[in-house]
Amino acid sequence: MSEEREMITGIEAPIYLQYKFTAGSAPARFLSQVKKGVLTGQRCPGCQNVYCPPRGSCAACGLPTEEEVVLSDKATVQSFTIVAIPIPNNPIQPPYIIANLVPDGSNISFIHLMSECVNEEVHIGQRVQALWKPEEEWDYAMDNIRYFKPIDEPDVPVDRIGTMPVTGWEG
Amino acid sequence: MSQPEVLTQAFELGFTYTRSTGPVVGRFLTELRDRRIFGIKGSDGRVIVPPMEYDPVTAEELSEFVEVGQQGEIVSFAWVKEPRAAHPFDRPFAWAMIKLDGADVAMIHCVAAQSEGELATGARVQAVWADETRGFITDIRCFELAQEN
Repeated sequence: MSEEREMITGIEAPIYLQYKFTAGSAPARFLSQVKKGVLTGQRCPGCQNVYCPPRGSCAACGLPTEEEVVLSDKATVQSFTIVAIPIPNNPIQPPYIIANLVPDGSNISFIHLMSECVNEEVHIGQRVQALWKPEEEWDYAMDNIRYFKPIDEPDVPVDRIGTMPVTGWEG
Repeated sequence: MSQPEVLTQAFELGFTYTRSTGPVVGRFLTELRDRRIFGIKGSDGRVIVPPMEYDPVTAEELSEFVEVGQQGEIVSFAWVKEPRAAHPFDRPFAWAMIKLDGADVAMIHCVAAQSEGELATGARVQAVWADETRGFITDIRCFELAQEN
């Protein structure tokens, strides 16, 4: 009863934005391949850079990127962060690693999780590989890959990150 | 090259804000919970509803709360023919600027009416309270045309 009489000091004021997201032709093609367990990019006919995930055009040259390129599921850590704060509705418990990873054969990175690693030992240039979910769970989504885990390959020097061929890194 | 399927997905982005009300808006909401409407007196003597924290003329802090009436008149209104999901009614209603008795500025709220034709600038309206109040602007469920005395 006494609590009922307490002064109002705060209100909940949530905002929910409802979208219907349509992937567009380049991301749709990419996701259709991800559903089959294949990472792909698209190559710019001008600068030859390979984009993953592809957006359908080259941000640098302004050219459409028509050529589809199959990539490796091995990648290099370009940058990373250790997340220490829980995010509402995110089932992953901190601390965990979010990294910008450049797959072999691509020139730009995408963001994904790293696991099976010692967080304090994760470093730029580290070699990792995708750990895929069981095939029957594959959908049109990047979380077909549960996370990337370190593999026993030599580090890629900083100035070589983003230039690995699809055939991989010999060290 | 593979022909892409059209991939579409529903997606909700939520900002789950909580806001501190401060002493002035907090008092306003606290009074709403008790089914009373309060404004605040400005340096020029005007009663401002909902209450402002700082004087619109001098920028001085305001603190003189004044209870105002639960009836007032429509200063202007917009009839909503097709309510959307976030609206307070699922049938046509009006958003209105309502100047409550004892107030010098109008406050926005919703007005329930059978049709647009029932409403007019200058029409007298009366606050209708929610069955349960909790210290929120929706404690006033709506306004409706005041009964003639």
